[in-house]
Amino acid sequence: MKILVPCKRVPNPELKLKISGGAVDLAGTTWQVNPFDEYAVETALRLTEKSKGGERSGEVIVVSIGPRDTGTQLRQLLAMGADRGILIAGDDSALDADLVARTLKAVVETEKPDLVVMGKQAVDGDDNQVGQLLAGYLGWPQATFLSTLTLTADGKSATVLREVDTGVEERRVRLPAIATVDLRIIGKKAVRNEALSGPEAEWEDTQRLASLKGIMAAKKKELKEITAESLGVGGGILVKTLRHESPPSRKAGVKVASVEELVSKLHTEAKVI
Amino acid sequence: MSATIVFLETSSTNLRSASLPALTAARALAKHHGGPVIGVVIGASVGAAATDAARYVDKVLCFDHPALAPALAETWAPLLATAVKESGATALVASATSTGKDILPRTAALLGAGMASDVVAVLGAKSFRRPTYAGNAQTDVEITTAAVVCTARQTEFAPAAPAANPGTVENKDPGAINALGSEFVALHATTSARPDLAEAKVVVSGGRGMKEAANFKVLEELTDLLGGALGASRAACDAGMVPNDLQVGQTGKVVAPELYFAVALSGAIQHLAGMKSSKVIVAINKDPEAPIFQVADYGLVATWESSLPQLIAEIKRLKAA
Repeated sequence: MKILVPCKRVPNPELKLKISGGAVDLAGTTWQVNPFDEYAVETALRLTEKSKGGERSGEVIVVSIGPRDTGTQLRQLLAMGADRGILIAGDDSALDADLVARTLKAVVETEKPDLVVMGKQAVDGDDNQVGQLLAGYLGWPQATFLSTLTLTADGKSATVLREVDTGVEERRVRLPAIATVDLRIIGKKAVRNEALSGPEAEWEDTQRLASLKGIMAAKKKELKEITAESLGVGGGILVKTLRHESPPSRKAGVKVASVEELVSKLHTEAKVI
Repeated sequence: MSATIVFLETSSTNLRSASLPALTAARALAKHHGGPVIGVVIGASVGAAATDAARYVDKVLCFDHPALAPALAETWAPLLATAVKESGATALVASATSTGKDILPRTAALLGAGMASDVVAVLGAKSFRRPTYAGNAQTDVEITTAAVVCTARQTEFAPAAPAANPGTVENKDPGAINALGSEFVALHATTSARPDLAEAKVVVSGGRGMKEAANFKVLEELTDLLGGALGASRAACDAGMVPNDLQVGQTGKVVAPELYFAVALSGAIQHLAGMKSSKVIVAINKDPEAPIFQVADYGLVATWESSLPQLIAEIKRLKAA
């Protein structure tokens, strides 16, 4: 099982976002792997091992588009356990979901993975598009917003649960396919490859951290730097960012001293009950 | 002068109310694109629903075939793309429901069109405003392709009313249907007598501080007293206190009710992204430093154990008066 995991670097979402002059100021930020993509790497690792850190079968390739520094994030994913990395040179701010998807299509055509697993969205752009676009461009089936993913023993299909507005939807999907993962995919029993482990298999309720051994091993793993041009990807972006603004802030509220005062204010002042 | 296509979701014989905001967004787009608003209804035995949907638009294109239920991006996106091409439409819009979010980007790829997700305002024929960075920025974008695709955030577009004159329904032959091996197995639906979270006038959400599932009973009592919907923070969902589809936030449901109660909930950035547009926000939390108080119109520093029973009693008294 060969699994490709596209990953994006994002500015630390816990830091206060600075916006000035119509632009987001990221000069002082720290960068990290998009949390959903980190979950996708964890998903891919589980699909290629019998148990956590146990006997492995298959290959996990992480790929990112970004400036050279993005190699730091890819190295971290290699330290988690991914087998090799590909960094495609690019400027984060000059990309859109469409260009990312077309670039990934070229990577898929070169690498020919059995499965592409990625986060359902990046927590900076919040587009929630790339997986679906990539599936559309490849003409592959798509399984989006997954909370579970089970590969069948023959390695030809997957059974998934998707988080949808009205509950949880169960689907079967034929490989090769695009899978995008939601938060719950890192549950203890959310992911399993039937060819490698039984229903009793269980992982930790979170994504794994890189071990010291993993960090050492990552230094020797292949991290190939290439350009979009070398992949034959041309054309520009389809969605231009005009400007960023801070959202209108809510006016300061009041603290009430008691439940009586709260109910009274909701009734007579806010008129909502 | 070219058409705007709106993707309409249906349930049995009706247009789903979740698609009403998309109709409002479609009408705003049609002002810029100059042509009619054309709805697209896809599914199995959706004739009656298409007729219902036609009350809102100039025309409905209906793809009705047994192999088209339920929704699969693999089979539905090509039909939406066909509808856009054949109508010479220059805009395609849907509500940002889980179905819309699944299908529209795939359709955009098939059209080679640029797409704006989860838009909160239509600024022009090809420009939109949308939240980014978990709602900490609002970003204006412009699409450079001839046709534009977008999903509309449901809470930011008022539900559309029927048009003065109902439109026509045109049945379309879907042609060859190929699901590419994808297969719907089952929907494990959450059934609730309460209104839909995204549409409720009142939402009562509990957080990690509720400690365990059984404690949500008291929140449910408050919810039902106000005729609202129950919500939760990611922490409460992750802890298994309530089902995941109650999660309000950047990655869960986005809500904007008249009244939002945040109980025992700290107000993480990703939660605020899902409820900051509520008209009136009430926060009840024992920690006076909880970030939720920064967005609350009314804050009460108290434990839920000490305040909720009294709150319920007070509201009952008010209602009885």
